[in-house]
Amino acid sequence: MTDEHFLDVKDLRIHFPTDDGLVKSVDGLSFHLERGKTLGIVGESGSGKSVTSLGILGLHKGGHAKISGEIWLDGEELVSASLDHVRSLRGKKMAMIFQDPLSSMHPYYSVGDQIVEAYRVHNKVTKQVARKHAIDMLDRVGIPQPERRFDSYPHEFSGGMRQRAMIAMALVNNPDLLIADEPTTALDVTVQAQILDLMRDLQRDFNAALIIITHDLGVVAELSDDILVMYGGKAIEYGTGADIFERPEHPYTWGLLGSMPRLDREPTERLLPIKGSPPSLINVPSGCAFHPRCAFEPRTHGKGKSEVPELIESEGGHLVRCHLTRDERRAIWETEIKPNLEATL
Amino acid sequence: MVTYIIRRLIAAVLMLVIVSIATFSIFFVIPRAAGVTASDFANRYVGVKGATAETVKATAEKLGFYDPLVVQYGRWVKGIVAGSEFDTGVDVEHCPAPCFGYSFITKQPVWPDLLDRLPVTLSLAVGASVIWLVTGVATGVLSALRRGSIFDRGAMTVALAGVSLPIFFTGIVSLVFFSYKFGITAPGGSYTPITENPAEWAYDLILPWITLAFLLSAAYARLTRAGMLETMSEDYIRTARAKGLREPRVIVKHGLRAALTPIVTIFGLDLGLLLGGAILTETTFSLNGIGKYGVHAIAVGDLPQILGVTTVATFFVVFANLAVDLLYAVVDPRVRLG
Amino acid sequence: MSEALLSVDGLQKHFPVTKGLLKRQVGAVKAVDGISFEVRKGETLGVVGESGCGKTTTGRLITRLIEPTGGKIVFEGRDISHMSQGKLRPLRRDVQMIFQDPYSSLNPRHTVGAIVGAPFRIQGVQTEHGVKRAVQDILALVGLNPEHYNRYPHEFSGGQRQRIGIARTLALKPKLIVADEPVSALDVSIQAQVVNLLEDLQNELDLTYVVIAHDLSVVRHISDRVAVMYLGKIVELADQKDLYKSPMHPYTNALLSAVPIPDVKGRQGRERIRLQGDVPSPLNPPPACRFHTRCWKAQEICKQVEPPLVELATGHEVACHFPENAPAKGDAPAEAGATA
Repeated sequence: MTDEHFLDVKDLRIHFPTDDGLVKSVDGLSFHLERGKTLGIVGESGSGKSVTSLGILGLHKGGHAKISGEIWLDGEELVSASLDHVRSLRGKKMAMIFQDPLSSMHPYYSVGDQIVEAYRVHNKVTKQVARKHAIDMLDRVGIPQPERRFDSYPHEFSGGMRQRAMIAMALVNNPDLLIADEPTTALDVTVQAQILDLMRDLQRDFNAALIIITHDLGVVAELSDDILVMYGGKAIEYGTGADIFERPEHPYTWGLLGSMPRLDREPTERLLPIKGSPPSLINVPSGCAFHPRCAFEPRTHGKGKSEVPELIESEGGHLVRCHLTRDERRAIWETEIKPNLEATL
Repeated sequence: MVTYIIRRLIAAVLMLVIVSIATFSIFFVIPRAAGVTASDFANRYVGVKGATAETVKATAEKLGFYDPLVVQYGRWVKGIVAGSEFDTGVDVEHCPAPCFGYSFITKQPVWPDLLDRLPVTLSLAVGASVIWLVTGVATGVLSALRRGSIFDRGAMTVALAGVSLPIFFTGIVSLVFFSYKFGITAPGGSYTPITENPAEWAYDLILPWITLAFLLSAAYARLTRAGMLETMSEDYIRTARAKGLREPRVIVKHGLRAALTPIVTIFGLDLGLLLGGAILTETTFSLNGIGKYGVHAIAVGDLPQILGVTTVATFFVVFANLAVDLLYAVVDPRVRLG
Repeated sequence: MSEALLSVDGLQKHFPVTKGLLKRQVGAVKAVDGISFEVRKGETLGVVGESGCGKTTTGRLITRLIEPTGGKIVFEGRDISHMSQGKLRPLRRDVQMIFQDPYSSLNPRHTVGAIVGAPFRIQGVQTEHGVKRAVQDILALVGLNPEHYNRYPHEFSGGQRQRIGIARTLALKPKLIVADEPVSALDVSIQAQVVNLLEDLQNELDLTYVVIAHDLSVVRHISDRVAVMYLGKIVELADQKDLYKSPMHPYTNALLSAVPIPDVKGRQGRERIRLQGDVPSPLNPPPACRFHTRCWKAQEICKQVEPPLVELATGHEVACHFPENAPAKGDAPAEAGATA
């Protein structure tokens, strides 16, 4: 591990003052990422995963959000940088793909024009040159007859084609960091598979750092090198794909795995859900934000309710935010959780 | 597209026919039902007190008031389409198409009267519309972008006043102050055709324009504000920002462009409505436009004039509607006509 | 094998498309185009497919929210295909629907008590201890606090709202519940709660379900039998175990292969089938076998002859000229062998 990461987020906090109180959407988040690598950020609604991605792009800047911490991108700090400087990096050095490609593209402009616009913000070229470049990009993301499709409007595209066009738009300036926020959630499963393949191929070609944000553990597993699990605005577990899927240590991660019916295993008799609902960010539970839903909270001897656990290294870069000791967690995983997940194997 | 326009044109003509039948019914059929006889109608033409019963009867016959209503309506429509001949007793007078008949009161043909007054209404409506569109949209955009600021609250309070205060109030108050007290604008009743002196034309109309625009720009400001607030929270605005576009471009090219669509629609309809006569404004400022003409016609019960004004007003509204729909398809590529 | 509660034969729903001056009908979206299946008492039939496959239309047809263009729907021996709304009223008690969106399908101005109690009032059902008591019993049954009787939907989380939606359908003790994407709008941890609830209720109340969903894992978990739809047709229908273990239709294979697996070990080794392109428009579906444009096994015959849905193994029906995992001819049931 080198000291300088390509993307290094340190103690990022994004808080929104509202009439009902301070919403701590992101509350002390740290992670890092290298070029050519993929980080998956997993979480449910209100976990702060989308706010994080918009925060890196500086899209909360200049609004009423209170932002603190550091975001280092390729040796440059972005939280303290000027709004105009961050804007000049958007779309050029860092780009983003959104969940719903239909609502994320302007309905009044043709797909090609929107890509050309993205290119010409950062490159002083004529419309013809930009057009050619945009057509090349459309071709590259697998849109058939790109010359003809250039002038189509977003509503004339199918869902999969729209997401391809969004990807073309995001990659048109060859960014070093690509953030994909639920890029396949709105798509059919066969199309989702195509898009995931495409993103994997393009990432390799462009050697970009990729952050993929999703609620779908399957999607994360397909693409990610590292995985960050978020809950209530904080990271609760952070490690490699193998750490998270083969030796998860946080009760919330166990809960997510137990909630998902899986095609690669014999069906279990019952799913093992987490009780209750994700917390409201205005009223985050005291102590460990997960404690009201945690089946193992009684074993923390009251610490769960009163103290916020630290994110502590368990082993080899695998970080866990839990009051249970490492040995307790490993024992619970091996004896109480894992056997139930693979009950009928 | 072509079939769509044809279909809409047919619908527009149909609409004109329906409105004219309705108006015709209101002024010719309902009075009959209430006991007004053909002779009473004829009496309006003969007009002079003490006309003998025979004269009245003869006039009524000549004007066809004894004919079935359908025939009378048909004759009226034929006059508009093809013109008609009127036997005045001395000689036959030709009334060229579109002939809306002769006034009961002035005995003059209606159409030239309407043509005389149209430029006044047109000047008033177009001038005011430019003002209200510019000020209304600009205020709305700024309010939306500075939501909750002093500017926003102030503008919306003024807008509320604008929407609620009637023209005859704002109009008279501004006349009293600007024309009569300070003397910086023309007094009521002034009008110079633009062809004679454009500067004079604008000077005469500036107060009516502003008064009328105040009412409508208030409505447009509120509409634009609501539209901008909605579009600026759309996903595609986030995309535009994520591309690295500068904020003014995001606001104008991505936000305002989408927010303007419903405003274009309302604008077309409002303009169409005004072209049929801005009754309150014309009356308040004593401008001889279509609206004031219509009010006068109603006051004295001059049926041919009333029918003429309603027909012209309907024409403008119906065709403004059609223009709006076509424009909508140009503005928003998702709208498919057909 | 238990008896059929609902059976559907050659069901069709075409939505007309009009054009031109006189609104001439120029075509039809064949949302559902001749499907046959039955739902047995006490079972869960899963219906999966991608957007535009007609699964939602199928759900709306069997609940008779819309009228079929052709074919027959028989519920408990009665043909309900073209029954008038008046005659359908008693049916509405027996067949209920759970919707996808727990936000928009509950009236925000009504209390939970009013929402769940509405079916009693509409159907004029007499309850032993009054409507309120009955409603509170149901709320408890779906895991909601009965004291929340007077609260409004916006006071509840997404998962709780879906429970309210389920409670509403249970009020009149229906025989069949059609659930259209019951969990897809919910967070992962909540999905599992609702899936478990649906299973518990089925056991307790002896319910029959038709679960319509795009999520193949959820459908496998909850269903006894599964129908796979593609462009208005059923392409495969089998017991859940058979369908997921040895899928016969190439489309089913491709679907299963496309689902991302939450495991890092298997991701290199898995065999992948990647379909090209998107699902064609149901307005103008490909002729003969509708899947032939995206199928890697397609031959000339697939473009000319539509493969019928035939039973190739016991209880395993497939519509394909070149099925995979199919038993040798001799093993197939006699009638299937005759048609094939």
